Amino acid sequence: MENFEPKIVAFLCNWCAYAGADLAGVSRLQYPSNMRTVRVMCSGRVDPLFIIKAFKQGCDGVLVSG
Amino acid sequence: MARPSEYDEELAERKAIYKLYAQAIPGSFAIEKLDQAPCSMACPAHLNVQGYVAMVKMGKYREAIEIIMKDLPFPGVLGRVCPHRCEKSCRRLETDEAISIRELKRVAADHVDLSEIPVPDIAPRNENVAIIGSGPAGLTAAYFLALDGYKVIVYEAMPETGGMMRYGIPEHRLPRTAVLDAEIENLKRYGVEIHTNTAIGKDITIEELREHGAKAVFMSIGAWKSLKLRIPGEEDAQAGISDVISFLREVHLGKIEQVDGKVVVIGGGHSALDGARVALRLGASEVHIIYRRSRTEMLAEPEEIEEAEKEGVNIHFLVAPLKISNENGKVTGIECIRTRLSEVDTTGRRKPIPIENSNFFIEAEHIIPAIGQEPDFGAFGESHGLEVSKWNLLKVNPETLQTNVPDIFAGGDVVTGPATVIEAVEAGKRAARYIAEYLQGKELPTEWQEEPPMGTNWTAPPEDEPIKERMKIQTLAKEKRLSGFEEVNLCVDEDTAKAEAARCLDCGGCCECFQCVTACKAEAVTLETHASQAETLSVNVGSVILAPGFQPFDPSRFDNYNYTNHPNVLTSVEFERLLSATGPTMGHLTRVSDKKEPKKVAWFQCVGSRDMNRCDNAYCSSVCCMYAVKEAVIAKSHSENDLDCAIFYMDMRTPGKDFEKYRNDAEDKHGVRFIRSRVHTINPVPDTDDLEVGYVTDSGEKKSEVFEMIVLSVGMEISPEITELAGRLGIEVTDGRFCKTEDFNPVATQKQGVFVCGAFQGPKDIPDSVVEASAAACSAGISLASARGTLVREKTFPDENDVTDEEPRIGVFVCNCGVNIGGIADVPAIAKYAKQLPDVAYVEENLFTCSQDTQDKMVEVIREHNLNRVVVAACTPRTHEPLFQETLRNGKLNSYLFEMANIRNQCTWCHSEDKEKATEKSKDLVRMAVARASLLEPIPDLSAEVNNSALVIGGGAAGMTAALSLAEQGFPVTIVEKSPELGGTARDVMKTWRGKDVQAFLSDLIGKIENHSDIEVMLSAEVVDATGFVGNFESTVVSEKESKTIKHGAVIIATGGQATVPDEYLFGKNPRVTRWHELEHHPEKLKDAESVVFIQCVGSRDENRPYCSKICCTTSVLQAISIKEQNPDTNVFILYRDIRTFGEREMLYKEARQKGVIFIRYALDRKPTVVEAGDKLEVGVFDPILQRDLLIEADIVNLASAIEPAPNEKLAALYKLSVNAENFFMEAHAKLRPVEFASDGIFLCGLAHYPKPLEESIAQAQAAASRAVTILSKTSIEISPLVSQVDQEKCIGCGLCAEVCSFSAIILEDFEGKGYRAKNIPASCKGCGLCAASCPQQAIDMLHFRDEQIAASVCAAA
Repeated sequence: MENFEPKIVAFLCNWCAYAGADLAGVSRLQYPSNMRTVRVMCSGRVDPLFIIKAFKQGCDGVLVSG
Repeated sequence: MARPSEYDEELAERKAIYKLYAQAIPGSFAIEKLDQAPCSMACPAHLNVQGYVAMVKMGKYREAIEIIMKDLPFPGVLGRVCPHRCEKSCRRLETDEAISIRELKRVAADHVDLSEIPVPDIAPRNENVAIIGSGPAGLTAAYFLALDGYKVIVYEAMPETGGMMRYGIPEHRLPRTAVLDAEIENLKRYGVEIHTNTAIGKDITIEELREHGAKAVFMSIGAWKSLKLRIPGEEDAQAGISDVISFLREVHLGKIEQVDGKVVVIGGGHSALDGARVALRLGASEVHIIYRRSRTEMLAEPEEIEEAEKEGVNIHFLVAPLKISNENGKVTGIECIRTRLSEVDTTGRRKPIPIENSNFFIEAEHIIPAIGQEPDFGAFGESHGLEVSKWNLLKVNPETLQTNVPDIFAGGDVVTGPATVIEAVEAGKRAARYIAEYLQGKELPTEWQEEPPMGTNWTAPPEDEPIKERMKIQTLAKEKRLSGFEEVNLCVDEDTAKAEAARCLDCGGCCECFQCVTACKAEAVTLETHASQAETLSVNVGSVILAPGFQPFDPSRFDNYNYTNHPNVLTSVEFERLLSATGPTMGHLTRVSDKKEPKKVAWFQCVGSRDMNRCDNAYCSSVCCMYAVKEAVIAKSHSENDLDCAIFYMDMRTPGKDFEKYRNDAEDKHGVRFIRSRVHTINPVPDTDDLEVGYVTDSGEKKSEVFEMIVLSVGMEISPEITELAGRLGIEVTDGRFCKTEDFNPVATQKQGVFVCGAFQGPKDIPDSVVEASAAACSAGISLASARGTLVREKTFPDENDVTDEEPRIGVFVCNCGVNIGGIADVPAIAKYAKQLPDVAYVEENLFTCSQDTQDKMVEVIREHNLNRVVVAACTPRTHEPLFQETLRNGKLNSYLFEMANIRNQCTWCHSEDKEKATEKSKDLVRMAVARASLLEPIPDLSAEVNNSALVIGGGAAGMTAALSLAEQGFPVTIVEKSPELGGTARDVMKTWRGKDVQAFLSDLIGKIENHSDIEVMLSAEVVDATGFVGNFESTVVSEKESKTIKHGAVIIATGGQATVPDEYLFGKNPRVTRWHELEHHPEKLKDAESVVFIQCVGSRDENRPYCSKICCTTSVLQAISIKEQNPDTNVFILYRDIRTFGEREMLYKEARQKGVIFIRYALDRKPTVVEAGDKLEVGVFDPILQRDLLIEADIVNLASAIEPAPNEKLAALYKLSVNAENFFMEAHAKLRPVEFASDGIFLCGLAHYPKPLEESIAQAQAAASRAVTILSKTSIEISPLVSQVDQEKCIGCGLCAEVCSFSAIILEDFEGKGYRAKNIPASCKGCGLCAASCPQQAIDMLHFRDEQIAASVCAAA
């Protein structure tokens, strides 16, 4: 597990969390590079089936933020 | 160039080229330039000293030399021999010693091989210029003329170049090969041609130069003829006398290799010292210098004199030569006389006066006079035609250096007499400039052009700047010196030089090193933009809105808070930066002194507010209580320890919407301590960084407590600049220096057409400022209504290609973003990776994909490669998607066939330490974007027609103001009022807090409403049904007379509120207990009243209504003053919890106290009591200061009962609006959208929003109207087409979607034969997709965020 690099899919709300992730960049905050963002117009758009899909595809984690 | 960051309250640094803060708009950089540094101004050639010193500090020697070479071609020479006037004007002298500027120049020069500096592209010109003499003046002119493209030929009479630099300055001061030869040789690379051994007049004449094509001539022949001593014996000796210039020249030419015996040098300049030191090196047994004046008058620099003395030169000051003796023509010595100095004479010098009988004799075999030179025109003969002065110097125009012969210019020693290299360089540079102008046929100035006076707007030296010693220069050991001509001064090591350069105070701000120009790959910062200046523009406008803001109070005026001398005493604004994620500590709460996380922090309220004793700010700043509470709560959440926060205050003023609840939570849930006390002393605790706070409690108990940090809650004040601006505009201000406005027109200044908003109108917080901003826009808009839309230009696009049936052909543009992406991720690798992804037809890399030329190219590429989808891998769609979408439209593609991969903000910027992973992630993001792009579909634009009339619900002051504001801009309005008359709760109010007559205002307003042709008023009416969406509402209104359906484009809710009827304090049971304005309406009740008691917070700020009704304190204080004015003998008491006379209302509170109104504070858990006592009332209250119960006999008890909203539930349901726990309507955003609802097209004002004084209601009504106009003024509105789409075949009509939709954007409709089915209303839809995610049948999908599109991203991510 030492070299384990999880794949994390992040569903980020365009208006808050995605903007926050942009601001993290503007502020040059450093964090691990394992996250892959899927932009949605609201976290309410995230159908539970999307989360299941992510896990089925082999993702190790899902982050819904909004 | 580091400068203190204003944005971070100077707790951190920024660069001289900077963006105020990361999210600043516009997102571009500014350069802070102050006045030119004094060192540059002092330099005859105006060298950019600050620039090259800054480069040396960074070890950028080549850049330093490039800066120097903008002004002269001899950095190494001047780094050694310059008399450095710059150092005398160095501002470092105010602290300790000047920067060793000359040495730093030498350090740079010694580290750079000039031949490696590229010669710029020079556009050649046709004209030739001849330069006579290759000294510093001639060669400098040659250098600049060559740079300008002229063909330059230098003629030198001597066998070698350099003039006095070579023949006058000995090698121990200026090495020949390494420095002088290299720097002259370098000039040839610029095209300068030099002929030595060519004397003008002898070998070639000026006329011949002209014949050979010289269009201009520069005479820089120097001053080579030594002046005579004019003393007896000078002409008698045949051997042993040689002037210093000849002596040094002969030495250089190798004709003199040895000097035997004793030497006497006469003079006090550089040459005298040079001659003496050279003589020593050639073997002289003794060397003397005699000088008529004292050491301080000597022209040579002190260090040089010291070095000469160290080497053994014997300097005799105050000694003049009398007679040279000889024996058989051979010098034997010199007779001298001692002198004294006269007082300063008219020439500013002290004259040497011989002292009688002080004669003495110095034996010597050699006498070397070094008392000055003049030009030698011998070779030119008498016929050169040039004017010569009585000092035998060439006469020139001092500005242009042009002689009386137009094509001949002259400069250097031939014009000035013997002077320094830097002065000659200046002359060369000046001559080059004017020769060029002459050759280009420009008119030359005839007189000296005075330079603008030196500005002194420089950086302030840091107050705590420590003393730093000037660097010491190492010199060659004495034993090594005399045996040869090795350079005496040694080059300092790099670290010493860097430390020395770091002493620079950077006086001029930006040092103009132009490193930013080199760094800016987008060519946004260029030499031109760098030089751009402030411009004065004239703008033709119909209205002016003033929003100049405020300045935080500067507590350094007070000494008792230790603000200036203790690092852990901060202002609230500084503390705010410490809490910010973008601040100097990235949001980690640490102390300034030791960077440790504090455990106890105290806030002191009212610093610079409510204070007439120590500052002039009598008013309350309105915002400090709330921000202190907020800072305390946030500080606690940022702290890993259990942070102890205490707020010391006088009255806690949190009257804004939902503020009281926040304050209560701060105390109850977060444990913030509220201490009612004004702190009297703060003392640093010895041996720690802590502070001890001394204060007195309510009951008079003295206490003290130690805190680790103190935050001063500084108030707002209007800066002198704004006061001055107001004066210039002719605008009146209040005693508190705020803009004077009228209560019934709160954003209008006294000057017509000029409006005001924000803190200049009066101290206020963000929501009120935003409200006023919209109100000011509304007021300005009314007078500009006829000009609306006249300056609008519309964009047009070509028709879209239909790509529906085409296979996806995706173009991928990978952006380097300068070095932001390309410097971290491997962009070529990403591009290569993108090429092999499915459906990708084209890939390119760009330096900046967003640049205009790339946009133009993208349009071409789309056409050429038949692209039908575009992916840009760059920054964030939140800022750049619209730009690229427009490019797609220009490329005939639908805007929605576009996708971005955010590989900058969310990748390279956040993973800059791991380039490999950043590249991997970028590839993944591009793959996800491409997968999604292949499924994108064109989406047509959506728009809806707009009905330009409005419905205003509520006919009070707010509703009527909103209606009138709209009607006056030409938009029809219907007012629906539930009662039979207009006016609302304002009917009860007699005066505003400034004493203005409310009833007169109201009747005037009602008159205007009733007479306005565009306003229809429906009384005793209410809205019973509402449908539709922004721009297209339909509301059914029922009144006593009729029921009708009104079509309108916007709704303004102004349903008002009212005072509650109290059920305590005997209200309704005893006629002596009244509430609010009853006393004003029934003045007879006050007749013969000896004692009146006001009770505040009746039903407010308690469990049932945990909010402050905001206006009650001011109202009661105002009434109390009025009672006292009518009868000063009436005893008036106000029983209160906190007096909340915010802003300039504070003055009323003060006036009431002055008039003898007695204020007694009570606590919620110890409320006053009111009982009947005979004919009168008896009020019981516990006085916390006296610490005892008081009984007050009262004739009248007036209750300030809570303000509550009108019943809003029905309307809220009809228009799907939210209300808060207390039934006040909820705005879309408490701070930034204070008059809008979350649903488009519906606006809010007045008491329905929250209790507020009349002027705030009016401002809010104007704001609501202004926001409504943004819709009503359009004929159609564009609606985001990213909306829900219902598949009615799959829909089962369960209605879950309609239930979850917050915007009424999806409804159930009965479709014939199908039953109920969901139907979307695109105009109302916000595209959130909640309906799609909730639909059990998957019958709803979102355009542009379809299930399959999101799934494609997810699959590609894994």
